Amino acid sequence: MSELLLSIGYERWVIDALIAIPLFTAAVVTLGPDRLAREITLAGTLLEFVVSIGLWWAYDPSTAAMQFQMAREWIPQWGIAYRVGIDGISLFMILLTTFTMPLAVLGSWNYIKDKWRPYYALLLILTAALIGVFVALDLFLFYVFWEVMLIPMYFIIGVWGGPNKLYAAIKFFIYTFVGSLLMLVAILTIYSKIGAATGIYSFSYGHILANIGHVSHLAGWLFFAFALAFAIKVPVFPFHTWLPDAHVQAPTAGSVILAGILLKMGAYGFLRFALPLFPSIVLDPTVVSIVVTLGVIGIIYGALVAMVQPDFKKLVAYSSVSHLGFVMLGIWSLTVASVEGAILIMINHGISTGALFFLAGMLYERRHTREIADFGGIARVVPGLAVILTLVSLSSIGLPGTNGFIGEFLVLLGSFDQHPVATIIATSGVIFAAAYLLWALQRMLFNKLDNPANEKMSDLSLREYLVLGPLVACIIWIGVYPAPILRRIESSAEALVLQVRGEIPDIAGPDLPGVEIE
Amino acid sequence: MPASVGWVWLVVLLPLLGFLANGAISFIKPDAKGAVSAIGVGVLAAAFGVSVAVVSGLAGAAHDAPFIVTLWEWMPVGAFHIDLAFQVDQLSAVMLLVITGVGTLIHIFSTGYMSEDPSYPRYFAYLNLFIFFMLILVLGSSFPVMFIGWEGVGLCSYLLIGFWFSEKANADAGKKAFIMNRIGDFGFLIAMFMIFGATGSLSFVEVFEAAPATLALGGTTVTLITLALFLGCTGKSAQIPLYTWLPDAMAGPTPVSALIHAATMVTAGVYLVARSNILFALAPISSTVVAGIGGLTALFAATIAMKQWDIKKVLAYSTVSQLGFMFVGVGVGAYAAGVFHLVTHAFFKALLFLGAGSVIHALHHAYHHTGSHEDAQDMRNMGGLKKFMPWTAGVMWIATLAIAGIPGFSGFFSKDEILAQAFARGHDVPFFYVVWGMGAVAALMTAFYMTRMMIYTFHGPNRTGEKEGSHLHEVSWVMTGPLVILAIGSLFGGFLNLPAVLPGAGWLHHWLEPITEGSAAFVGEVHLAHNTEWILLGLATVIAVVGILGAYRLLKPQNLVPAKDATPETGMQKVLLNKYYVDEIYDAVVVKPLMWLSRAILWKTVDEKAIDGAAVNGSANITRFAGWFGTRFQTGRVGTYVFFFVVGALVLLRTMVR
Repeated sequence: MSELLLSIGYERWVIDALIAIPLFTAAVVTLGPDRLAREITLAGTLLEFVVSIGLWWAYDPSTAAMQFQMAREWIPQWGIAYRVGIDGISLFMILLTTFTMPLAVLGSWNYIKDKWRPYYALLLILTAALIGVFVALDLFLFYVFWEVMLIPMYFIIGVWGGPNKLYAAIKFFIYTFVGSLLMLVAILTIYSKIGAATGIYSFSYGHILANIGHVSHLAGWLFFAFALAFAIKVPVFPFHTWLPDAHVQAPTAGSVILAGILLKMGAYGFLRFALPLFPSIVLDPTVVSIVVTLGVIGIIYGALVAMVQPDFKKLVAYSSVSHLGFVMLGIWSLTVASVEGAILIMINHGISTGALFFLAGMLYERRHTREIADFGGIARVVPGLAVILTLVSLSSIGLPGTNGFIGEFLVLLGSFDQHPVATIIATSGVIFAAAYLLWALQRMLFNKLDNPANEKMSDLSLREYLVLGPLVACIIWIGVYPAPILRRIESSAEALVLQVRGEIPDIAGPDLPGVEIE
Repeated sequence: MPASVGWVWLVVLLPLLGFLANGAISFIKPDAKGAVSAIGVGVLAAAFGVSVAVVSGLAGAAHDAPFIVTLWEWMPVGAFHIDLAFQVDQLSAVMLLVITGVGTLIHIFSTGYMSEDPSYPRYFAYLNLFIFFMLILVLGSSFPVMFIGWEGVGLCSYLLIGFWFSEKANADAGKKAFIMNRIGDFGFLIAMFMIFGATGSLSFVEVFEAAPATLALGGTTVTLITLALFLGCTGKSAQIPLYTWLPDAMAGPTPVSALIHAATMVTAGVYLVARSNILFALAPISSTVVAGIGGLTALFAATIAMKQWDIKKVLAYSTVSQLGFMFVGVGVGAYAAGVFHLVTHAFFKALLFLGAGSVIHALHHAYHHTGSHEDAQDMRNMGGLKKFMPWTAGVMWIATLAIAGIPGFSGFFSKDEILAQAFARGHDVPFFYVVWGMGAVAALMTAFYMTRMMIYTFHGPNRTGEKEGSHLHEVSWVMTGPLVILAIGSLFGGFLNLPAVLPGAGWLHHWLEPITEGSAAFVGEVHLAHNTEWILLGLATVIAVVGILGAYRLLKPQNLVPAKDATPETGMQKVLLNKYYVDEIYDAVVVKPLMWLSRAILWKTVDEKAIDGAAVNGSANITRFAGWFGTRFQTGRVGTYVFFFVVGALVLLRTMVR
């Protein structure tokens, strides 16, 4: 397989293609007829997925170095370039994105009833921006993709969302924007200080990583600016209140992408930038204990608040706060197992929570309600939906044999030595997770079928099985045989841990090989 | 490795295939009951056949070391490396035979018991899935692989307790079981993290090999590890304080109660302690806790069983109590004795549950015929059933004599072994005398409440109802057949491990020696003087006889009235009938406050008012206010502008002049 890919020069054009395909499809959708918008988008996202899947074989798991690297001049006088690459941390974020997108299109098929062309074009632009965020190795380029992503999401929530869509969209936008503006200030500060010290003004990640010592006197402030932007995105307690609003108001695909991919940008930001650039801050015991404490609060707090939500979508939204708390604990425990576990939870959460939002959307399409109390006993009426909802919930509560277990187990196992008390509290999250999801399941699927409106619900259609089937397959696959994924993450996770702990100099190498843009 | 041992994966795969096939049938052709029965029972019978081959291969193998059958790499992460692998050794062999053997019988019984249920394929799918996970639990070669089974059986238990999920009570019971089990699983997880921290591994062979060297005898680490493991056991095996889910679990179909909530799953905790015996042997404090909790649970549950009217609730509390006995065994260090009681209990308790199932099935039929809605599980609606159901009555008496501990029956030997070991080790740990005392009293109560159950169910006048009486009859052979086989097991199971004073003693004990020899150095072999052993055997007999005769003399089944005419209980009777109100106490102390905290404080106050209201929207409001304040100066009136101009000029002038 890898020879075949090599023979078509896959490694040279894959990243370009992954960004170009959705943008090109977006142009076709915009210019094409409205009635074909869905089909064109589906074709585009499927092509994107097929192209991306080659990464699975082409990626070399034995090295932590950036692979598929590419660099082109963009604004040379300011040291800005299109520098991209993929390592074990970003690999699965990219695959998660390309995997989720065709499903999101299929999931929007009937849910979105009007203005297809702009909706699907925005979805495609969003795809390109997300890929861009995960491949960018130039801080300016990263920032551009990071902000570009906001705009389509803002419109998707604000135009196609629920009754309170404008409030949610504006809140989402401003909240995230405040954080990212601070990050921009930090990026510009780093750029100019390092430029002044070394004489090379460049936004290149490799250059900045190699010379970050020149801004060590400002490390605390710079870290804070990055961390705030990422913490809002994750979201870390107490910066999470934009999330329930945005998730509940967004259309199904919007919620799926928000939860499945957008939240991962925050965690990814910590892994790619905040940790490697500021190891002295990251190793500071006070900072560590603050972040770990916030992560653990998120786990328990998110679960408890999720437990009492009357709205199923909101329940899932708060459960995200809980899951991402595990991610933070894993990242900040800085062991190979915990970091790998955190990355795996990022993948798992995309799959399971994505599936939960799809299911919430399917229930909403049938009954035009998301209130848990409006359902009850529907397992008799919609057995297929009930089986899948149960299975996905079990994955979300981390039942061994499903994907959810592997991630949580590795995070907790890796964190226990570093933060025993925090880990024990975090582990109790498994009890609350069971409580909130099983209680919701009972009130929706089981008990008496006492609402006549539920008696005529139709079970899943073929299209809906096509949406959920791949997610369910991943849930079992990752639960039973995660080794191939873990092996692909391992080198990069290990290098990150060693680099931050000061045991090897840096991860990305001095600068991109064969690229002379200064 | 003997070739047949290498086939162990097939034992696990067969029920999984059964689950997939029956699961598919439940969607495609739910009324294909013949196919469902053939698949559901067939895979189990085949799994039993393979298990026999595996175990005979093991028995014929020359060396005692466990055989590891690796399937694939599961979690490779740096230094941490766990394979999906099975371990075939003397302990897992015993469990393998019990699970597939008793499991097959219960599957056969179910084809009769559930024959009229509309969700027949779903039932067998769940049952097969349960066996699959239970086999992983006992075959897993490491703590995490065992944990797959450990939580998987909990899932199946949840699904099967809530099998008739349209009743809220059933769905409630399933959820309660799962959540209480998860509290225990929390302990299991913490234990795994600590074990990994201490020994750098989680596979049984490596951990148990490293344990004596890396973990100090009686040290804090090993004590905490074993206490955390035991928390897991109290959840899975329904011990104080996490036992309350098991009686509620009776909401599931009765064969499920026999299979999951008596014979197999609930004994997983005992299996875990026996499996980790070296760790518990290194932690005397934890072992004492295990024995103490076991003794207390045995006694406490027995008192509740004395006063229940629901035939399944009697058996449920009896199970909790008998599991307590097993923990006494493994707690005092008599690991083989604990496993021995696990095996005999699997026979007689499965028999009792299935027999109760037959009775319920018969009563249910009778009530169904007349359109009555009386409780088919309430013993006050039974009585005199031996006339209608002689086979069921006969085999259930065998099981009752076994659990009561009449000499010759299996339960006599296994229970006596546990109590004798507790007594013998009381010499070193005086607290074990107390445990022995609790066990002896619980044994007396066991004989009493079991006899009570039999008398009320099968003897005295019939109270089912005038019209219903004529519809009562023995159940079909697919249901009585398994009962007879289990009765044979209940009769002769004791010969597996006869007391030391008898010829051919201790076979199971010797069989399990490769498993327990590592801990023998720490807990020691205890041999009672023959005199003492004879006295204890005699005492056990007296206890059983007194309990049975006491119930026979004291209880007056002719005075009972059917449930609908009964007067409510009062005083201590009422407290016992309501199980000491432990459920209500848990609800008031844990559940309600937690819900209040989550809703009123965390959600409504912290999230909505403080974070979102004050901080997030508050900052938006400040911005809005600043904007509003700024616009006050932009009135468009010249007078205002002149006023501010003059004020500004004066301020400037003042500062410049100074």
